[in-house]
Amino acid sequence: MSEPLITDALIADHGLKPDEYQRILDLIGRGPTFTELGIFSAMWNEHCSYKSSKRWLRTLPTEGPQVICGPGENAGIIDIGDGQACVFKMESHNHPSFIEPYQGAATGVGGILRDVFTMGARPVAALNALRFGATDHLKTRSLVKGVVEGIGGYGNCFGVPTVGGEVEFHPSYNGNPLVNAMAVGLADADKIFYSAASGIGMPIVYLGAKTGRDGVGGATMASAEFGEDAEEKRPTVQVGDPFTEKRLLEATLELMASGSVISIQDMGAAGLTCSAVEMGDKGNLGVILDLEKVPTRELNMTAYEMMLSESQERMLMVLRPEKEAEAKAIFDKWDLDFAIVGETIEEDRFLVRLNGETKADLPLKALSGTAPEYDRPWVATPAPAQVSNVPAMDTGEALLKLVGSPDLASRRWVWEQYDNTVMADTIQLPGGDAAVVRVHGTAKALAMSADVTPRYCFADPVEGGKQAVAEAFRNICAVGARPLAATDNLNFGNPEKPEIMGQLVGCIKGIGEACAALDMPIVSGNVSLYNETEGTGILPTPTIGGVGLMADSSKMMTVGFKAGGQPIVLIGAGGGGHMGQSMYLRELFGREEGAPPPVDLNAERLAGELVQALIENGIITACHDVSDGGLGVALAEMAMAGGIGCEVRSPGGADHETFFGEDQGRYVVTLSDPNTLEPLNELAGGAGIAAPWIGETGGDAVILGGASVSLADLSAAHEGWFPDYMGEIT
Amino acid sequence: MKTAVVVFPGSNCDRDMQVALRRASGQEPVMLWHKDTAIPAGIDLIALPGGFSFGDYLRCGAIASRSPIMRAVADFAAKGGFVLGVCNGFQVLVETGLLPGVLMRNATLKFVCRTVALTVEETQSGYTNEYSKGEQIALPVAHHDGCYVADDAVLKQLEDQNRIALKYAEAVNGSQRDIAGILSENRRVLGMMPHPERAEDPALGNTDGARMFSGLVSQALSA
Repeated sequence: MSEPLITDALIADHGLKPDEYQRILDLIGRGPTFTELGIFSAMWNEHCSYKSSKRWLRTLPTEGPQVICGPGENAGIIDIGDGQACVFKMESHNHPSFIEPYQGAATGVGGILRDVFTMGARPVAALNALRFGATDHLKTRSLVKGVVEGIGGYGNCFGVPTVGGEVEFHPSYNGNPLVNAMAVGLADADKIFYSAASGIGMPIVYLGAKTGRDGVGGATMASAEFGEDAEEKRPTVQVGDPFTEKRLLEATLELMASGSVISIQDMGAAGLTCSAVEMGDKGNLGVILDLEKVPTRELNMTAYEMMLSESQERMLMVLRPEKEAEAKAIFDKWDLDFAIVGETIEEDRFLVRLNGETKADLPLKALSGTAPEYDRPWVATPAPAQVSNVPAMDTGEALLKLVGSPDLASRRWVWEQYDNTVMADTIQLPGGDAAVVRVHGTAKALAMSADVTPRYCFADPVEGGKQAVAEAFRNICAVGARPLAATDNLNFGNPEKPEIMGQLVGCIKGIGEACAALDMPIVSGNVSLYNETEGTGILPTPTIGGVGLMADSSKMMTVGFKAGGQPIVLIGAGGGGHMGQSMYLRELFGREEGAPPPVDLNAERLAGELVQALIENGIITACHDVSDGGLGVALAEMAMAGGIGCEVRSPGGADHETFFGEDQGRYVVTLSDPNTLEPLNELAGGAGIAAPWIGETGGDAVILGGASVSLADLSAAHEGWFPDYMGEIT
Repeated sequence: MKTAVVVFPGSNCDRDMQVALRRASGQEPVMLWHKDTAIPAGIDLIALPGGFSFGDYLRCGAIASRSPIMRAVADFAAKGGFVLGVCNGFQVLVETGLLPGVLMRNATLKFVCRTVALTVEETQSGYTNEYSKGEQIALPVAHHDGCYVADDAVLKQLEDQNRIALKYAEAVNGSQRDIAGILSENRRVLGMMPHPERAEDPALGNTDGARMFSGLVSQALSA
């Protein structure tokens, strides 16, 4: 088969800029073959090379005594004591999910699960953060439906509980929804597997599903903006098979237990190319691949197609040669492909052959080591004006509208489509502050939360970045866990625009400050740029996935009020009434204005530690962090979850500011009886955190100052919105 | 009580079932692989767990029903052994013909995962003897294909023979007669969509499923 000539148009189609192509010529001293061009395109696109973000990612705190493995491997690893480790990461599948929502979302879940079990961990929880366009945009409903079904379809079959996440709507995502999937797994700390190859002449083994033509060029597609031709890119989306992934999980874990594995790498973006180069690069070895040995499911596949296919459910492994028969028997048992497709060599060389014919012959180290890296020009986002003239509104009416608004309504319609109880270790279901899953067979539990408030990030990237970390921290504290570390999934527009680059730089700065102050190092992550359609970028959306640990899961806290007559205390009250970028302004008056609430990281840390102590000492009976919608919405959520009302006095001042301001660093807690106010005040006083009594639980209405709304009305509005919205699909 | 759990390649509730049976029986369940052809001697109960046995992209449980182990399970059932099929296990039981009817896609066309209210309709079985007739219990469901369908003659027979063990007490999946679980004629085979093994550990906040396992241990074996 004759290969296409390398023309300027072909180079451009591969997402390579003229100066990048010149770099290739300088590096290899000749023009690349077609297969080589594909390999460079795969290795040097934004998705795989992080060429625009690398410089800034290096500034993030990634270390700590709790960190076993930081960024750079398939996933991050933290120590959770007793010789156990928690392995986790979040990754985006935004572009594929817009083109083909079901498969795009499904394979996003599959990819992140593979990242976790490639390291020797069994996945025990999945989360996701989803962002869709305006609710009245033509495509939104079908995207919601497809993405939710895709996430459920994959995770439910694979058998991992999908326990939490976020779903939000905003017009900036009209042409570019975000699908960020997170997976969390457990491993023995001394049985973790890495990707660095070692040993010369070691067999390289292909594992899992067969290679097809699906997903060829996917990573390059994911590194470009969408134009009107988005639909034409459908063939670049992969197709998922969770049944095969489930078998691959079991076979891989058995293989690892058998002692056959020297190193292992999953085939994700840019498939065989990226995985082979990564294993060689990290092990300072060269790699030879003989592609005719690759199991294929289609006839006459070219070297180019095999190297760039993003067929799912595949792995590459360096095998201990003496274990070949044993290893193959495991894959035969699970009816999966097992083929030796190459070997490691001493020379720094990436040699790809098909039926003896050389298709690519490149210096391996240079493929990743000399990938372009940019210090792109950026401009800081100008400081927003403080908001003024915030109109008052009847508190009851405002509360009812807010709890039934698209971003604050119950997500039950979504999470009831996810199996959230498989593995029988989920002790806090979706709908609480953080999901909690027991560490199987122990008293310990993991708390997990995915958070970001994009409108804050847009108005002030630095404060918004801080707030994303702070909210994840707060959600984990609120269930009684100690936050340990985080993964970040940075979703932004086109980094070649200085103002977008400024958002990225600002958010990373804020995230870094917060991670350092709250002792939550970033251990893994993913960057998704070029989230633009027809030249309009999304709101900057750096999703933070936090993980925390509870030593005694029986002490776990939930949001619902537990009984009537219990005192309600606001932890961390200070100032109050911050209306800039509030849901109150946006949902009730259509104004996205002002500065976001500032985050005082020191106060945030003290309040979080106080809440952990209150839960540890059994002083409080319910706890909920105050976030979108402010104190009023937090109280309503606690009341609805417990089926018990409350009465909270108005402290004076404007009620809409008291109840709907979004000041940070706050939690609402309840006490079993007034006698426990004293120990609470003692602990709070010691920490220097305000903890005023604000009211009492009871009744069947939420009474805020002079306003009263029945629980029945609140629940109808809160639970009704999502099914009503989606019900219009038949 | 000696128990066994069948593991198909896509089973994903096999460990949960193993944990529940271990706790209830005090003995380690035998894990049987779908390619096995024989049931070890002395087994009292075989459980077919939830999951997606062979991916189940088309008819759930259809491929699993043709696997080697199911011939042995059918022989075991014919000799009066206890067989419990939960969720995908129920689907496999109807596809194997050990129970009548078929499980179709939920009427909502959506996967449903939540704790649902159920009524115990029949207590004359090893599985339900610790519940009282008409008792309302709550168990988690998690399925895409749980809508029970059978022809009128079969439904009448199930009712006449008191073989409907559990009914939904709320709208869940569109099952005919709200059927959530049915018994075989000899009352030794139970297929049910809800997951008792996810509701037997006090730490999970719901133990309504525990009596199914303790009932089996205490009475079924003396029968």
